[in-house]
Amino acid sequence: MTPARRACGCNDFSRTSFIQHAVAEAGRGLPAIEPGMPLPPGTGLSRRSFLSRSLGLALSVYGASVIDPRALELGIAKAQAAGPGQILVSIYLAGGADSLSMLYPHADPDYRRLRPKLALAADAGPAFAEDQRLGWHPALEPLTKLYEQGKVTVMSQIGLETADGSHFNTLNNLQEAAINARLNTGWLGRYLDVVGAVDNPLQGISLDGSLDPLLATVKHPVAAMDGPFFQLSVPSVYGKVETRLQEAMGDIGSADYRDASRNLAAGVMLQSRRLIEQMAPFGDGSGLTPPVEYPSADPDGFPTKLAGLAGMISSGLPLSCVAMTAPGLYDTHDSQVSYLDDGLARTFSSIAAFQADLESRGVADRVLIYVWTEFGRRPEENGSNGTDHGAAGLAFLIGTRVRGQLIGEFTNLKDLDPLGNLKTVVDFRSIYCSVLEQWFGVDAGQIVPNAQKFARAELFA
Amino acid sequence: MALPIYRGTFGPAQAERLLWRAGFGPRKGESQKLAARGLSGAVFSLTRPGKERFVGRPARDENGRSLAPLDAFGHDHLWWLDRMVRTSRPLVERMTLVWHDWFATTNAEVGSNKFMLRQNKLFRTHALGSFQDLLLGVTTDPAMLLFLSGAYSTKDAPNENYGRELMELFTLGAGKGYTEHDVRQQARALTGWTADYKETTGFYNFRFEPKYHDTGTKQIFGKKGRFTWRDSCRLCLQRHAHGPFFVRKLWSYFIPTAPSAATQRDLITLYRKQKYAVRPVLEAILRHPDLYRGPAMVKPPVVYTAGLLRALGRSVDTTEWWGYSYGAGQALFFPPNVAGWPDDRWLDTAKFRGRWFLASLALRPSVLDPEAWAGKLPADPENLLARAVKVTGSPSLSNQTRELLLEFGRRALGDAEDEYEQAVFPVQVRNAMCHLILVSPDHHTS
Repeated sequence: MTPARRACGCNDFSRTSFIQHAVAEAGRGLPAIEPGMPLPPGTGLSRRSFLSRSLGLALSVYGASVIDPRALELGIAKAQAAGPGQILVSIYLAGGADSLSMLYPHADPDYRRLRPKLALAADAGPAFAEDQRLGWHPALEPLTKLYEQGKVTVMSQIGLETADGSHFNTLNNLQEAAINARLNTGWLGRYLDVVGAVDNPLQGISLDGSLDPLLATVKHPVAAMDGPFFQLSVPSVYGKVETRLQEAMGDIGSADYRDASRNLAAGVMLQSRRLIEQMAPFGDGSGLTPPVEYPSADPDGFPTKLAGLAGMISSGLPLSCVAMTAPGLYDTHDSQVSYLDDGLARTFSSIAAFQADLESRGVADRVLIYVWTEFGRRPEENGSNGTDHGAAGLAFLIGTRVRGQLIGEFTNLKDLDPLGNLKTVVDFRSIYCSVLEQWFGVDAGQIVPNAQKFARAELFA
Repeated sequence: MALPIYRGTFGPAQAERLLWRAGFGPRKGESQKLAARGLSGAVFSLTRPGKERFVGRPARDENGRSLAPLDAFGHDHLWWLDRMVRTSRPLVERMTLVWHDWFATTNAEVGSNKFMLRQNKLFRTHALGSFQDLLLGVTTDPAMLLFLSGAYSTKDAPNENYGRELMELFTLGAGKGYTEHDVRQQARALTGWTADYKETTGFYNFRFEPKYHDTGTKQIFGKKGRFTWRDSCRLCLQRHAHGPFFVRKLWSYFIPTAPSAATQRDLITLYRKQKYAVRPVLEAILRHPDLYRGPAMVKPPVVYTAGLLRALGRSVDTTEWWGYSYGAGQALFFPPNVAGWPDDRWLDTAKFRGRWFLASLALRPSVLDPEAWAGKLPADPENLLARAVKVTGSPSLSNQTRELLLEFGRRALGDAEDEYEQAVFPVQVRNAMCHLILVSPDHHTS
C-alpha cells in the first residue's frame, strides 16, 4: 500500500529535491509583491528570459537591475572580453549522502558493530592511500583514480556544529553560510555581489533550471538554464505538419491580442518557438561534440550538462560560479546499498569525464569542482537496510590545482555526539573562507559572517 | 452605497469568464447553462451552492489505486486537484485556494500532510464565511503554529514570526498601520500555544498552555491591555488599514485591475457592516462591471490544470498531473514562501513548457493515430478546427487565434504531396489544432 511515514518527516527523497526548488524561489532577492506593498524598482523585470546569442542558451535571469535584456548581452560580451577567470563548480548530492560508506574504516570493529548489514567488505573497494585503515566505496572508482593523480582533496567529518538533522534547515544554513540568519542570499551569491558585474548574469549559473539558493544575490544578476535543451512536441504530429505547427506558434506568439495578459502569454509562446529553433542543434547532439567520452545518456542529463558546461567554459563565456545537483537518491533511509551504488557511480563517472574534458581543452587550471552534501548519515544503521540523518559528513574538492590530501581526521567512531552522530571536525565555513581567499582571492570577511572565527585550510599547491 | 453591477450582455462568453475566475472553468455545456441564469442568478449559484456533490470518476494513480493524500508524496496535491475537478461547488474550492495563498503555509517546513490537510479543511470550512473566524482558526492552526513558530513561542522567549506576518501579510499590509513595537507586543500577546512531540509520530496535542502565556500588560496600536491571541486578531481586524487591505487583496484574486476609489470605499463599508463576512464582498466583486469589461487574467497553473480535466470530462488518473503542475510553477501545499505564489510570474518559457506537457497529458486519450485514421478526416481546415474545438470542450476562441489556426491548417494540408500525406495530414492537423488551442494565449488567460 502506501509507504509508512518515517521519523524524520520526509516521506521520500523527492521531498528534498522539492525543497531545493522551494528554497530557490524563496531565496529570491526581491520581496514578493502583495497588494499594498510598494513596488520595488524593476518589478516585472527582475526575472526575464532572454537569449544569449553567443551560444543560443535559454536563460532565466534573476535579480537583474538592468532594464534592457540587450544590456545583459552587452554585459556578457564585456565580461568575456575581460579575459578568463577562476570558476567554481558546486555539485550537490541531495539528501545527505552516507560518508561512512564513501570512505569507510574497514578495519574498525566499531564500524562492523554499527553497520551489521551495511558494512562493506574490507576489500570491496580500493584502499585510501593516505590512511590504509580507510577504503573507498567501489562506486567511487573514477574518483579514486583522480585522487591517485593528486587532484582530489577529501574533507572528512565536515559539518556545522549546529546541524539539527533537518534537510531544510541544514541546507539553508549551508547555502547561506550562516546559522538560522535567513539572509536570503547564498554565500556564492554574496561573493558575486561583491566582485561581480551588474550586467553579466552568466557569472552565477544554475544548471538545474531554477535559481540555486547558493547563487541568490541581491545586487547582481545570475541565471538558470535547464541544460542546453528545449523541445516541445505534440504526440502524433511530425514532419512537415510539425514544422507548420512551430510556424503557427510563431504566428500566434506574434499576434496582437489587444490585452496585456494575452500578449504576455503570446510572447512566451513566441519565445518558446525561438528556443526550439535555437536548441535544435543541441537536441540531436550535433552542436556538442566533447573531446572525451562521457557516460551515455543519463535520465537526469547530468553528463550532458557537464559536457555542455565544459564547452561553455572552453568557449570563454564569463562564468564564475556554477551550481548543479548530482544524479541519484542519497536520503537512504532504506535500500541504501542499491541507491548509493547507483548514485555514486553515475555522479563520479560523469565528474571524471568532465575533469578529463577540461584537461583536454586546456582549461582545467581555471576550474575547481566542489562536491558536497548537507550531512552524513547516522553511523548506526536503522532497521530497514538504511541509515537516518546524521551530522558531520564528507566533501571533496577536485581539480588540477588542489593539494590533494585529507583535511579533517580519520573517521572517528569512538567519539560520537550525544545523538550518536559523527562530530564536526571541519566547519563548512572554514572551507568556504579558504576557497574565497585562496581560489577567488577576495577577503572572506565581507562574505561569510564571522569569517575570522574559522581556521583556514591550505587548499592549493 | 451603490456598488456598480454589470449590465451588459451576460452570454456564454461572460459565463465562461466567471467560471474561470470564480472556479476552474466550465464543464461541457456549462457556460451556456450558467448564462441562462442571468448575471445575479449565475453569481448566486456559485456563492450559495447547494450540498456538495462530486461528478465523475474519483481520482486514481496510474496503477488504478486510490490516492493516499496523508501518506504519499504529491498525493495531497492530487487529492485537492480531484476536488477542484469534480466538485459541484467550484467557488468554495477556489476560495480555499485563495486562503491557501493568503495564509501561505508550506509543507516543506511543516513536514506533515496531516496538518496541511487539516489546514486545508479549515480554509474550506470558512471559504465564504467570516474572515474573523478564519483568522482566529488560522492563528491556532497546527500547520501555521509550526510554520510560523507559534508552537515555540513562550513568555520567556516570545517569537515574532507570526505576529509580524499577521499584520504584514494577513491583515494590514507591509508597513501599514503598525510599528516594530507592535510586532514585539503582538508576539507577547500570542504566546501560550504549544504541542507535544514524539520521535515516532511527530507533533500532537496542540493546545493553549497558560503557563507559557505572557499575562502581562501589552501595548498594541497604542492600546493597553492584558491581551491574548484573540485580542491580537481582533485588534488587527479593527485597525483602519485592515479594510483597504482586505478588499484590495480579495479583489486582486478575481480582477487584475485595481478597484476605483469609490468601489473600494463601498466594498470596505459593506465588509465592515457585514462584520467581516466574505460572501457579500465576493458577490459584489463577481457582479462588478470590471470583471466582465476589464482585461484578461493569467490562470494559475492549478486552475489551468483542473480546467483541462473539467473541459475534457476527465478525472485525475496519474500522478503525472502533480509533476507537470509543479513544472508549470505550482505545487499545492508548497507555496514558495509565506507571501504565497507571485501571480505576476505565472508565465515564462520554463513554465510554458510545463503547461505544454499538461495539455499533452490532458489530450492523451483524444489523440488520433494518423495511420489508423488515415483518409477518415476531410482535408478541410474549418471542419478540422470545429472537431478540435469540440474535443477541447468548446472554449471560446479569439478571432486572432481562430484565423491563425485556420491558416496553419491551410498551409499544413497544402504541403501534402502524395496520396499518403493527403490521407494522414488531416489527422495530424486535427491533433495539432487540439494542442494549439489548449496552449493558446486565449486558454492561458480568462
